Amino acid sequence: MELTGAEIIVRFLQDEGVEYVFGYPGGAVLHIYDAIYQQEGVKHVLVRHEQAATHAADGYARSTGKPGVVLVTSGPGATNAVTGIATAYMDSIPMVVLTGQVNSSLIGNDAFQEVDSVGITRPCVKHNFLVKDVAELATTLKKAFFIATTGRPGPVVVDIPKDVTAHRCHYSHPKRVSIRSYNPVVKGHPVQIKKALGLILAAKRPVLYTGGGVVLNDSAKQLTEFAKLLRLPVTNTSMGLGGYPATDDQFLGMLGMHGTYEANMAVSHCDLLIAIGARFDDRVTGNIAKFAPRAKIIHVDIDPASISKNVKVDVPIVGSVDHVLKEMINAIQATEERADAAALGHWWDQISEWRAKQCLKYDRSSPLIKPQFVIEKLYEVTQGDAFVTSDVGQHQMWAAQFYKFDKPRRWVNSGGLGTMGFGLPAAMGVQLAHPKAAVACVTGEGSIQMNIQELSTCMQYQLPIKVICLNNGYLGMVRQWQEFFYESRYSHSYMESLPDFVKLAEAYGHIGMHINQPGDVEAALQEAFKQKKRFVFLNFVTDKSENVYPMVPAGAGLDEMILV
Amino acid sequence: MRHIISILIENEAGALSRVAGLFSARGYNIESLTVAPTEDASLSRMTLVTRGSDDIIEQINKQLNKLIDVVKVMDLTEGLHIEREMMLIKVRAEGGEAREEVKRLSDIFGGRILDVSEKTYIVELTGNARKLDSFIEALGPVPILETVRSGVSGIARGEKSLQA
Repeated sequence: MELTGAEIIVRFLQDEGVEYVFGYPGGAVLHIYDAIYQQEGVKHVLVRHEQAATHAADGYARSTGKPGVVLVTSGPGATNAVTGIATAYMDSIPMVVLTGQVNSSLIGNDAFQEVDSVGITRPCVKHNFLVKDVAELATTLKKAFFIATTGRPGPVVVDIPKDVTAHRCHYSHPKRVSIRSYNPVVKGHPVQIKKALGLILAAKRPVLYTGGGVVLNDSAKQLTEFAKLLRLPVTNTSMGLGGYPATDDQFLGMLGMHGTYEANMAVSHCDLLIAIGARFDDRVTGNIAKFAPRAKIIHVDIDPASISKNVKVDVPIVGSVDHVLKEMINAIQATEERADAAALGHWWDQISEWRAKQCLKYDRSSPLIKPQFVIEKLYEVTQGDAFVTSDVGQHQMWAAQFYKFDKPRRWVNSGGLGTMGFGLPAAMGVQLAHPKAAVACVTGEGSIQMNIQELSTCMQYQLPIKVICLNNGYLGMVRQWQEFFYESRYSHSYMESLPDFVKLAEAYGHIGMHINQPGDVEAALQEAFKQKKRFVFLNFVTDKSENVYPMVPAGAGLDEMILV
Repeated sequence: MRHIISILIENEAGALSRVAGLFSARGYNIESLTVAPTEDASLSRMTLVTRGSDDIIEQINKQLNKLIDVVKVMDLTEGLHIEREMMLIKVRAEGGEAREEVKRLSDIFGGRILDVSEKTYIVELTGNARKLDSFIEALGPVPILETVRSGVSGIARGEKSLQA
């Protein structure tokens, strides 16, 4: 069947089972938009800024495990998308971004709305393509989806000149594609797994440190089984939250710069660190020289380049988390050997002592709304079952610390790139993927303004998201660093002329709520979440002086925390 | 330490910039880089000379392997190998004695004089980087007008080979 390039793109997306495309039209993609108009299989979601399209696709991907799909025009359409592409790249999120390009004959001529999209995105994609011939379009799209969703996932950009979308050629859906230079390893090496098992059974003070890889690889069940078998203490990175049930008593909380006292102390004193699907990010390790100084380290990761990049490991295992965990569970069940139960008992006693510090305590009698309190109430009102997206800053850390995620894919945040403006558009993607679910966007008055225009998209698609804005009138994390490390010189961390968020929400047709008394927090949340069909913006006026504790200052070791 | 890394990569537009971009983005150093298609026109072969600690070289190898277009990577420095570089050097050669001296040096180093004008010679010389450096040193007072070097090409000795 002969189709135009534009029709091929749309047919291909249908054949791949793509539900939503997040995008924004423009000159170079007009043929594609015309093809979208004439079909019903793929639903297009019109955002108000291309950055939001990428974050929405990202939220869709994180909450479903399916690739997010984006369509933007050439030039500024592509450059606006770059922040979202980089965000997805840092967190290994499967995403396919179709960027329009000027006509092939104009490429390189500084044509209207021309940028070198392939060049600009190269450092922040898993791979990218420029399609020069309509005959290559379908296979290139198939390759893009294959690369984005396999191995260590990531965003793939396909740049498509306008003339290619007009040219005609035969189309049939490529069922599979092979790339000779791309064969991600899935199975962990049995010898390495055996070595790891030896270390695990010999350990006296083991800790499991797991990251986004567990969530991305849908291995939460296997992780829980593995941890339960050996009664291992578990700590998660921010990306890994939900990979292990937070309400389980073997869970120590998040580790790292704003990790719990018990998690950071356990990592600092363990004799074996089992890292699974995590990448030893600087926010996790603190001072590398002081990181897990007494520990042998096992590292399971699908990406060989993540292993021994920041921290030298003793037993590297390249493979999918899912496969390696299954193999380890089988091996443990098959062996007669048992871990040193007495030693493990002492280790848990020690951990209980650290826990007794109650590092997340805060002043519950304050007349001001404490941000931590809002998150606790959010957890209660949503019965711990909401999808929570966040922006970046203090509110993000409080959400990570106080919302106890028991399930994977419920916590959606920009962990690696730390992109302010991520939360609201990400919540749109989550809500579209899970129309009946409670979706909360935890944000601050700084972050929310970075993509506030999406209130309009939320109206158009009737997305009943609840925005939990912890409004302290400051860029809180910046203010906190300035207080601690710059002698309270609050350089440009104070926001004057904030909008009236209630009126703003109402102007877009939503419900706005203003809450400034601790006693009103719970009722407001309940009222908001009762609104199953309405978008509600909850503006919580919180204590301006509150800081995120514990905190590992830059350059310090994990056991050198500032405590409340 | 100096490493010579051979890369087999899809012969596609932008492949070179993916490798060059990787090095600049991660702050690795490139001492020289050569690239040309192989006997299979769909593949290009690169020889890249870099310096770094063992950890850095390990990361370079892993990051190169991670590039989707890269088919194979081999660190030639790990085994016996041959490296060759070609240099074209234009020198001022005026007067019988000077011209004789350049000719003699070229012969000693196994070079060839490719171009002769009244006042200049162009010498072609092939060898490892050290040999080319030595030739330049040996020229001593002979004025060099320009040099152009190909960068290192490398290949493993014996049975070992880099194939798709």
